[in-house]
Amino acid sequence: MNSTFISRRKFIKLVALSSGSLLLLPRCSNSFNPAWRFFTAEEASLVDAIVEQIIPTDEWMGAKDAGVTNFIDKQLVTHLSRFQNKYREGLYSLAITCQELYHKKFHELPWDDQTEFLKKIENGSHNELTSIHGRYEGGRIWNGGDDRSFFRLIRDHTMAGFYGSPRHGGNRKYVSYRMIGLNYPVIQGRNKHV
Amino acid sequence: MKNKHVNAVIVGAGAGGGVVAKELSVAGLSVVLFERGGWATYDDHDHDEIFSQRTTLLGNAYGPDNERHRRVRVLPNGEEVVLLPSEGGYANNAACVGSGTVSYGAMGWRFMPEDFKMKSVYGTVEGSTLDDWPITYEDLEPYYEKAEWEIGVAGDDSQNPFSPPRKKPQPMPPFEHNKEAQILESAARRLGYHPFPIPMLRNSIPYGGRPQCYRIRTCVGFACPVNAKCGTHNTVIPVALNTKNCELRTHSVVNEILVDDSGNITGVSYFDDRKKRQIQTADIVIVSASATETARLLLNSKSTFFPNGIGNENDWVGRNLQGHAYCGAYGIFDEDIYDDRGPGASVAVCDFNHHNPGIIGGGVLCNEFLRLPYLFTGIRPPNSPSWGAEHKKFQRTNFKRVGQVIGPYQEIPMFEARIDVDPRIKDYWGIPVGRLSGNLSMKDAEGTEFMAGMAERWLIEAGASSVWKTGIVRGPRPVSGGQHQAGTCRMGNDPKTSVCDRYGRVHGTPNLFVADGSLHVTNGGFNPVLTIMALGFWIGEYITSEWRKGNRFK
Repeated sequence: MNSTFISRRKFIKLVALSSGSLLLLPRCSNSFNPAWRFFTAEEASLVDAIVEQIIPTDEWMGAKDAGVTNFIDKQLVTHLSRFQNKYREGLYSLAITCQELYHKKFHELPWDDQTEFLKKIENGSHNELTSIHGRYEGGRIWNGGDDRSFFRLIRDHTMAGFYGSPRHGGNRKYVSYRMIGLNYPVIQGRNKHV
Repeated sequence: MKNKHVNAVIVGAGAGGGVVAKELSVAGLSVVLFERGGWATYDDHDHDEIFSQRTTLLGNAYGPDNERHRRVRVLPNGEEVVLLPSEGGYANNAACVGSGTVSYGAMGWRFMPEDFKMKSVYGTVEGSTLDDWPITYEDLEPYYEKAEWEIGVAGDDSQNPFSPPRKKPQPMPPFEHNKEAQILESAARRLGYHPFPIPMLRNSIPYGGRPQCYRIRTCVGFACPVNAKCGTHNTVIPVALNTKNCELRTHSVVNEILVDDSGNITGVSYFDDRKKRQIQTADIVIVSASATETARLLLNSKSTFFPNGIGNENDWVGRNLQGHAYCGAYGIFDEDIYDDRGPGASVAVCDFNHHNPGIIGGGVLCNEFLRLPYLFTGIRPPNSPSWGAEHKKFQRTNFKRVGQVIGPYQEIPMFEARIDVDPRIKDYWGIPVGRLSGNLSMKDAEGTEFMAGMAERWLIEAGASSVWKTGIVRGPRPVSGGQHQAGTCRMGNDPKTSVCDRYGRVHGTPNLFVADGSLHVTNGGFNPVLTIMALGFWIGEYITSEWRKGNRFK
């Protein structure tokens, strides 16, 4: 998958050419936030926005406030560390694709544009998308491997963070259990050996 | 220090091995029981849906772990992928004392007489190795009874007109239906189906010194917090250990069955809990490591006498790997049908197990175990959004309104569906890993379509307003396995077309036995665990009765 992944230097050049602005790069930014274990602050803002799209706030808390970014971040340095590269590349590709199409960061887009954009990624249409400016090798914008597979991954992890046990860092205040109407602990006083 | 020679080593402390350990040690044989995992504890995983044996997103709660185990799968397009135990295609079975019986849903089914003679009933099926077992239901009936009484089953087969003949009832009364099952039960009667309570390896009353089930939702996929679920870890294995004749060696990984210069099987080689290689000699070796891992051990035991692995002269070890083709339907009801009474699965019909025109075998249909919140995020009618506001709304509106009927359709055995040993990839101990390959039969398409249709009809009659079918075989699909894995060392009378004889002994060896689902010629239209336990009693009794006669299996 690295073979289709454009180099950082080329990327900077392209972004500078296409939009005249410099996107902060994940690993060379100085916005390191010790609150996160794996994500940079920039990545975390992006993940916040994506997971909030996947499970939006309505009369109940959404994924962002329920700590789903924290859940994913925690799993990426423990049980799910094998997905670190997928996330790093997927988020990076998503960021540059967004920049190219909208000249904005994903989390700065209006809500409906965010939704539209994620739907395209879910359907894999960015793999087929020709660059607006036609300057990329092969004419492709999305260069992080299969965009559908990255979307499926983050969608699945968002669901797990929101609907799984709060012990893993998501589902804050048991929000999803309360929303569904499930008691937790399962039976008061009976959730340990008797 | 050299290990003391024992009468028997048993590889794998699951449904089969646990029973054999008890039978042998009670009869006075000295036994070493190997288990690659350790004792499972409930407290480490309480109610944690995404780290359970049911939903393994963060790993297998009851093993094996992702760090040290690997398996290879050959995809239908020929591509090979290396898989972790918690990933879907691995065909995992738990690695702990009791294995799957710690965290299973615990349905305690007997196979039906037809399930032991599929070829006689259905004839030769082209492209399939469908065959009769060398033993009949009548042979195994007393051992089913032992399994039911010594391990514990709650049920009442007298309510099932298709139930096979039995001499003794199940030892505990059946469970009361939860709300979903009550609704489905009366609907089934209206349709002319014959509903009855699912037999469960779970205490409906205090039994075996353990308390009664208190019906939590986190049951299947979890150890029981009050020890009301009956597995080998809390029944026969403690009995074996209490005899003082049985030593349980946990965190010990057997890598080879040892053969001496004359071709005799002398014991096993294993890595202990500190990864040190050790030898354990024994008069008898019993392998009960699950259909995938038993085959892998036999194939990894190569010597001048067994150049292709033990029992594999005719290339049958690892063949005919079967699981079940789960199929059924979902339905959305207009009112809540969820009453939080676990484990959920409660009502069954055997109307579709045999003698349905054009269908080979078939399977039991049941209401499903409770769907937990994360699992439910994947349960949507076709073409529904899989994320966003509407998805979230569906979750809270319909979590308690979706019912599910599903069943284990009996797969047709295929010679090409197999596990063998990968020539390149090794696990943490340096042992070549298993490699899964081959496709299942397209003949399963009709049967799964039929069963899913019957499930759909049942849900509609029960009042579901919107229904959709699942699990229908529509194209080539790779070999399954998972917790119901079976068939890789099938028993038979002809050594050319089977691996073991009717007592589970590997053809051509006097003292090597298999005692797990590997023996199944066909896998029934039921969850197979009670049959594996019954085979454990059958094989255990054969060995001990021969032993008493002075046979030392030389």
